[in-house]
Amino acid sequence: MAEKRIMLGNEAIARGAYEAGVKVSSAYPGTPSTEISEFLSKYDEVYTEWAPNEKVALEVAAGSCIAGVRSMACMKHVGLNVASDPLYTLAYTGVNAGLVIVVADDPGLASSQNEQDTRMIARSAHLPLIEPSDSNEAKEFFKYAFELSEKYDTPVIFRTTTKLSHSQSIVDISERVVPEDKVYERNMPKYVMMPASAIGRHKVVEAREIKLENDACELPINRVEMNDKKIGFITSGVAYQYVKEACPEASVLKLGIINPLPRKLIEDFVASVDVVYVFEELEPVIEEQVKAWGLDVKGKELFTKQGEYSANMLKRVIYGKDEAVFERAEAPARPPILCPGCPHRSVFSVLNKLKIHAAGDIGCYTLGAVAPLNVIDTTICMGSSISLLHGMEMAKGKDYVRNWVATIGDSTFLHTGVNSLINMVYNKATGTVMILDNRTTGMTGHQEHAATGKTLKGEDTYAIDLAQLCRSIGVPRVIEIDAFDVKGLEAVIKESASGDELTVIIAKAPCALLKGQKFPNVCKCEPEECRKCGMCLKIGCPALTKQADGTVRIDETMCNGCGLCMSYCKFGAIKKVAR
Amino acid sequence: MNIMVVGVGGQGTLLTSRIIGKTALNAGYDVKLSEVHGMAQRGGSVVTFVRFGKKVYEPVCEEGSVDILISFERLEALRYAHFLKHDGIMIVNDTRIDPMTVVIGAKTYPEGILEGLEKSHTLYTIDGGRVAKELGNSKVLNSVVLGLAAKHIGFSEDEWLETLKNTVPPKTIDINTLAFKAGYEK
Repeated sequence: MAEKRIMLGNEAIARGAYEAGVKVSSAYPGTPSTEISEFLSKYDEVYTEWAPNEKVALEVAAGSCIAGVRSMACMKHVGLNVASDPLYTLAYTGVNAGLVIVVADDPGLASSQNEQDTRMIARSAHLPLIEPSDSNEAKEFFKYAFELSEKYDTPVIFRTTTKLSHSQSIVDISERVVPEDKVYERNMPKYVMMPASAIGRHKVVEAREIKLENDACELPINRVEMNDKKIGFITSGVAYQYVKEACPEASVLKLGIINPLPRKLIEDFVASVDVVYVFEELEPVIEEQVKAWGLDVKGKELFTKQGEYSANMLKRVIYGKDEAVFERAEAPARPPILCPGCPHRSVFSVLNKLKIHAAGDIGCYTLGAVAPLNVIDTTICMGSSISLLHGMEMAKGKDYVRNWVATIGDSTFLHTGVNSLINMVYNKATGTVMILDNRTTGMTGHQEHAATGKTLKGEDTYAIDLAQLCRSIGVPRVIEIDAFDVKGLEAVIKESASGDELTVIIAKAPCALLKGQKFPNVCKCEPEECRKCGMCLKIGCPALTKQADGTVRIDETMCNGCGLCMSYCKFGAIKKVAR
Repeated sequence: MNIMVVGVGGQGTLLTSRIIGKTALNAGYDVKLSEVHGMAQRGGSVVTFVRFGKKVYEPVCEEGSVDILISFERLEALRYAHFLKHDGIMIVNDTRIDPMTVVIGAKTYPEGILEGLEKSHTLYTIDGGRVAKELGNSKVLNSVVLGLAAKHIGFSEDEWLETLKNTVPPKTIDINTLAFKAGYEK
C-alpha cells in the first residue's frame, strides 16, 4: 500500500513537483504560496531559490525550461501582476521541457491587498489553468500539469487558493520520476519574440487553445458525479468541497481545467440536470462563458463575488436553512498587531511623535497604519511607497513632503523598491525614504533574501549591503541607524525633513521572531513609580496593559526586553531586569 | 468530529491542531485541517479547524457544527462560541490577553465571560499558563490545554502521547508529556 501522509496543500504541491521530476524552481515569498518553495527546498534533487521578485522568478523558470528541464515558478496572485510581462509572451513562445506557474489566490483576503482572480488572467493570456480541490489532488494535478505543458507546448498556470494551500489532508506518496532532459535546439521564430515571429506564434496560440478546448472534455482531471438529476453544480477547487458538504445528493461536474473550459462536457451536464448552479469563488469566470453559450445556469445572482464560500452559505441559498444554533456574541475586535519587540514599532513611534505621514508598503509594517501608531497613510503594492512619495513631491513641491516619508522593508525594497529609488535620484527628488531593515522577509514567515547572506537552501552567499546599493545609484545622503535608537532616529528624521537632499535612512534591527536571538532581559514597570500617564501605552505594545488602578503591567512571557516602552517613560518607572 | 482551536497569534494553536489531526490520522480516519498564516497571525485572533471521520469534505467547521471548541483565551471563547452545536463542549484556557482595542482604551474587556458561557454551554476550564509554569516551562501551556481536550475528543492516552512525541521538538518531549498528563488527569 502506498504511504499516506497528512500534508498542507502547499506541501503536496511541492511533493508533486518533486515526483514530477522538476529540477528548477524560483519564487518570491507571498502568502498563501510561500511554503511551496520551503518544502521543495528540502529535496536535494531540486534546485530551488528565492528570486528578488516574481518577474525574475518566472524568467528564471522560463530559461530552465528552454534549456530542457522541468521548471516552475511560485507566487501569490498579486505577484503574477509583477510577472505578467514574461507571462503573456511565454504564452507565445511555449516551452521546451514543461513549465508550470503556481499562483495562489486569496479569496477572503487573509493576507493580501486585493481579491483578484487569476483565472481571468489565464483567459487573457491564453494559458491553460488547472485547479485542485484537496492536497492529494494538488499533488496529482501538479504532475499532470507538466504532461499538459509538454504535450501542448505551453506554460500551465496551476491555481491554488488560501483554503487549499493552508489546509491539510491525506496524500498518497509516490516515487520521483525524472523524464529525460529535452534537447535544446536553436529555434528563432519560436523563442525570439520580435514582431515577425510573434505574428506567427499568435496563430499557434489560438490553434493550441482550440485544440485544448476540444481535448479538455477527455482530460482525467474533470469528473462528473451523477446523482439526483433535479439539482446540479458546476464547480472546482475548494468550492467543490462545500458543495459535497452542503448538498451530498446533488449531481456535480467537478472541473480540473478552468481554461479553456471543456464545452461539450458542460453542455451535456447542463442538458441532463434540471437546475444547474455554477458555484465558484470570486469572479464569474465559468458562469459568464457558460451563459454566453446560451445555457441556462444560475450563479452570481445568488452567490457573492467577495470572500470565501462555505457549506453554510450554500445551504442558506439552496434550502433557506441556517445551521447556526447560537447567536454571535459581541466581543471587542482583536486585529493583528506588531509583535512585542518589533523594531518597526520603534520607528513608527518616532514618526507618530513627529506627526509625520508615511507612504507605506507591503509587509508587517503595514500595521503602522492602525491605532495607536496611525502613521501610514497609503499602501498599494510592493515597492510603491517610494514612487508615491516621489509623485507627491513632483505634484506639490519639496516643502509639501517635509512631513512625509516612505517606509519600506528590506525584502520589499529589493523586490521593486530600488527601481523607484533610482527614479528619485534621476529626477532630482529631495524626499526621505526609510528602509525598515529587519534582516528577513518577515510577514510571510522569515524567508531569506539577497541582503541576508543565506540562500533558500540555507547556504552562505554574498549579502547585498543596502547602504552601498543606495550610494551606488547616487543617493546623496544614506544613514544607517539602530531601529531602537529613538533619540537618534528623531534627530535624523528632523534633519532630513528640513534638508534639501534625497535621504535614505536605514533603520536596522532584526525581526523579534527571527530564530537564534537571545532575549536575556524583560522590562518591568514599578507600580509605585508609575505616574499613570499612559505614554508607554501609546506605542501599542501588546505586552503592556493598564491595570484597574491605572498603573501599567508588562507581561513577562510576551516582553523581550526591547526597551522601547522604557524610552518613552519620563519618570523612569520602567526598568530592564534579567529574565 | 469537528474541532475548532482558537486563540491569539503566537499561542501555539496551530501545533495543537496538528497533534489532534495526526492522532486521528494514525487511528485510521480521513482528516482535514485548516490553518492560519500570514498577516492574520500577528497577535490577532486566530482560528484553526480539525475535522475527522470516515470521509471529510470541507476543511473548515462552520457555525452550528463544532463538537469541541478549544480556546486558549477567554475573549476568544466568547467570540467563537456560536460555532458550537447545541450539545458541543468548550475547553477554555482561563487567561486574559487584552486586544489592542482594549489596551488603547477604545473598548473594554467583557467581565464574567466564563460565567456567561456556562449558562448555555458545557464548559471545562484550566489555567494552562499556571500549570505550565509550575512544571517549569510556561511555553508548554498548549500541551496542558490539549491534555484536557484530549479526554473529551477520545483516543487513548498512549495514542496521544505517541503523536505528541513525534510532533514537538525532541528536547521538549519530557516536559510536554508532563504538561499533557497534567491536563489529561485534571
